[in-house]
Amino acid sequence: MNLGPKMPSSPQVFTGCLGQAGLPMIFFLGSPKGNYFLQPRLSLGQFPKFLAKSWAREGHAQEPQTRDSKRLLAVQLALGVSEKAKFDSVSAASMVEELRESFASGKSRSYEWRMSQIKMLLNMVEERESDIIKALQEDLSKPELESFISEISMTKASCKLVLKELKHWMKPEKAKTSLTTAASSAEIVSEPLGVVLVISTWNYPFLLSLDPVIGAIAAGNAVVLKPSEIAPATSSLLARFLTEYLDSSAIQVVEGSVSETTALLEQRWDKIFYTGNGKVGRIVMAAAAKHLTPVVLELGGKSPVIVDSNINLDVAAKRITVGKWASNNGQACIAPDYILTTKSFAPKLVDALKSTLENFFGEDPSQSKDLSRIVNYNHFTRLTKLLDEDKVSDKIVHGGQRDGKRLYIAPTILLDVPQDSLIMNDEIFGPLFPIITVDKLEESFDFINSKPKPLSAYLFTKDKMLEKEFVRRVSAGGLLINDTILQLTVDSLPFGGVGESGMGSYHGKFSFDAFSHKKAVMYRSFGGEAPVRYPPYTPQKLSLLKALFNGDIIGIILALIGRPRK
Amino acid sequence: MELLDIDQSMEELRESFKSRKTRSIAWRRSQLKGLQGLLEEKEGDIFRALQEDLGKPCAESYRDEVGTVKKSLNLSLACLEEWTSSKKVRLPMVLFPTSGELVAEPLGVVLIITSWNFPLGLALEPLIGAIAAGNAAVVKPSELSPACSSFLATNIPIYLDNKAIKVIQGGVSVSEQLLDKKWDKIFFTGSARVGRIVMSAASKHLTPVILELGGKCPAIYDTLSSYRDTKVNMLKDRIQRNYGNDPRESNSMSRIVNKHHFQRLRNILKDPKVAASIVHGGSMDEDTLFIEPTILMNPPLDSEIMTEEIFGPILPIITLKKIEDSIEFISSRPQPLAIYAFTKNETLKKRIVSETSSGSITFNDCIIQFVVDALPFGGVGQSGFGKYHGKFSFDAFSHEKAVLRRSFITEFSSGSPPWNDFKLGFLRAAYNFDYIALFLMLLGLKRS
Repeated sequence: MNLGPKMPSSPQVFTGCLGQAGLPMIFFLGSPKGNYFLQPRLSLGQFPKFLAKSWAREGHAQEPQTRDSKRLLAVQLALGVSEKAKFDSVSAASMVEELRESFASGKSRSYEWRMSQIKMLLNMVEERESDIIKALQEDLSKPELESFISEISMTKASCKLVLKELKHWMKPEKAKTSLTTAASSAEIVSEPLGVVLVISTWNYPFLLSLDPVIGAIAAGNAVVLKPSEIAPATSSLLARFLTEYLDSSAIQVVEGSVSETTALLEQRWDKIFYTGNGKVGRIVMAAAAKHLTPVVLELGGKSPVIVDSNINLDVAAKRITVGKWASNNGQACIAPDYILTTKSFAPKLVDALKSTLENFFGEDPSQSKDLSRIVNYNHFTRLTKLLDEDKVSDKIVHGGQRDGKRLYIAPTILLDVPQDSLIMNDEIFGPLFPIITVDKLEESFDFINSKPKPLSAYLFTKDKMLEKEFVRRVSAGGLLINDTILQLTVDSLPFGGVGESGMGSYHGKFSFDAFSHKKAVMYRSFGGEAPVRYPPYTPQKLSLLKALFNGDIIGIILALIGRPRK
Repeated sequence: MELLDIDQSMEELRESFKSRKTRSIAWRRSQLKGLQGLLEEKEGDIFRALQEDLGKPCAESYRDEVGTVKKSLNLSLACLEEWTSSKKVRLPMVLFPTSGELVAEPLGVVLIITSWNFPLGLALEPLIGAIAAGNAAVVKPSELSPACSSFLATNIPIYLDNKAIKVIQGGVSVSEQLLDKKWDKIFFTGSARVGRIVMSAASKHLTPVILELGGKCPAIYDTLSSYRDTKVNMLKDRIQRNYGNDPRESNSMSRIVNKHHFQRLRNILKDPKVAASIVHGGSMDEDTLFIEPTILMNPPLDSEIMTEEIFGPILPIITLKKIEDSIEFISSRPQPLAIYAFTKNETLKKRIVSETSSGSITFNDCIIQFVVDALPFGGVGQSGFGKYHGKFSFDAFSHEKAVLRRSFITEFSSGSPPWNDFKLGFLRAAYNFDYIALFLMLLGLKRS
């Protein structure tokens, strides 16, 4: 029986604490946010609720029965920790079992249930808008308007699309049958997969949690959401509001970090939807393999921007700047990661970007309220390490200033860093923007193709031929010409990666499909018997079969009259 | 096969793909036509190989492996232009002027691991999809059907482009070596046990997979309960008509693939309670790997024959009080690849569709869904994931790349910082597709 304060149980997390030489430890205790390692354990505000939920989940009565266990509970509550609050494999298994029963009851399959849940979700987003914005501010210092556009509006738009189209999506699709299978009809029926797991991430913690959940509900599944612990205010908001607004017998939220996620990944799910990085993506897929669970992995990569000289530079600079620095300050899976442009055009581009930055964020961006901060100290040190690498730090042509206390790094542009530098090999996920120059723009296609396939690739040009070559030669999850990040808002296009940037896709109807099984249903009548299929097999039957497969009417007739084709 | 050979082969395949030759429509067409030539000219060899590996009668070979593949080739050749052309996508007006489309592109170098029971069909059907989608490919046939494996290894290089499509033969260790490499997709047909190994290996490289597995496919037979004996007699009658009085002498019946599987099936029947439930057949001959069509009546539900996929000529019949109980029976077990139901009861049909889950359902027939190109063929849950056949094969080996094109003509400053309330209002209107409000705001007639 452990009554001491709970330290992070996972060795990885603990090493992470110590590995930063103690500094983050001091920081965590001192700062109001960013203590993601410790918060799930020691945040007193969260605990009683978390306790109650986990107790209820484990089938315990809300009140402990014996005097001793009551005393134990009082001591544990006073210390703010509890043995029972731990979400482990047993809790995970029991949660999945409950959800399976709920799913088996058939309730989540009904159109009415799905619509009611999505309606409630929409209500939640509308009624709690200010709470959501506040949580996003707390987690990411996200400007209100960014939160509004990228997270709230898009979640609402997804809900509205489902409410409008669900009936149509749920209809079976007729399939054509052919001569070989005459006297039949066939259709493809979308059915829910069952109980699914959505593991979300921290950079758009609200949207990237709810968008897949919306798809899962629309498709009729029971779902568990595991929000990211790196955005704890949003995680806790989701846990609170989803329980309040939605049917918790079919929709559950599990908060926590590595050990909770591990416990969840040990269970058998009917689908796992993961948004995050490639390293953890591999772990998720390997865990899924044990149960033959299909997965969608929305990962990242280095999304390149190719900039031609034949453009409207003013507009291009604006759109690139919005994509890079006005979208969570570069911390987005589709944020432009690096630029490719010609040696001759680079200086003009740098100037245009500098002046756009000033227009958007003022002379001193550290004073601007419109720039998100770096999410936590871990990522701050990661990014400064990229900047301070030998042969990289001297390539800074704009920015480079940083302030660890405020988790601020200035919008920074670099010119021609070495290709083997860290900044050109890892996904940046921050406000650092390297520009690589080439002699001819066409060389940039080979450059991009020599790296792992990214989630997005961008091109700015008025040259139609270049555009065509770009589409023909560059492989990425999605391509966007003459703008950035907009593809996220188009729900008639599938959003997903390829190769290292992931597998599977979602948004719009693609979300519904991602969480559905497309079941083939064939109706045969008892008429239209073809004895040619049955033994004993004769040469005549063989000829008839051949003719049937070839749709060869004459051949069929010949075979039937006993004069088969040779 | 030597590790070095595999590495060399992969290098060659990557080079071929990188050269972009497999992307050309002409190349894809030539390869598909090559396969047509193979099936046409080597039909005799195909029948012989299938006879040797499985004792498969020619008509079955044609019906299930040659004919089906030919049909798929015809379809793919006819539809190649259509499948490879990009699809325009409708966008909301608020994004005007923007255009969107979906472009199908090949994944790269793919691995197809196939099974022994339909050794030609299950190798060539996915290969057609891989080629049509513009990939380079390796086919790893099953070592349990060695004559077919050897047929493919000999003939594919003759009829197809050997630098882009290869057959690599071998057993477990070759499979392991192949699974260690980085592929752009793996297509696996086989058992759930090996499916797990394949997916686990794929996860190291984030390789997407399709797993075509198996399961216990039930056939629901309506109006049976009080006519139990009649049904069994009808089956016996049909068996006799199909295979004669002594099925061992029939030319119309395949053999068990090898001794291992023969012994597996024999052991299943050895269980005394199971043996006691035999109402027809049961005789076997290890030398000729022959097992007679065998019917069981109500073997114990916890016996191996009722918990593991049978994969042999033994048919247990389970009787229920009401035919509707079959829904609960099936739903309480892992999802199978197919459910068959023979009934005229429309209510029962509806219930089966909505209350059970399986890769597919076929009413009043068996197996036939396999030949319908317009239907996706694949499992769910323990019977696998992913699908193919017809265009689904093309899609299985493609990446659907989203392409959005914007022009420089219109640029709204409301989309960028510094943010203010007007811009917020503008964006709210945009997201609500409130075009009137947007219009008014643009004209300066509305603040927010």
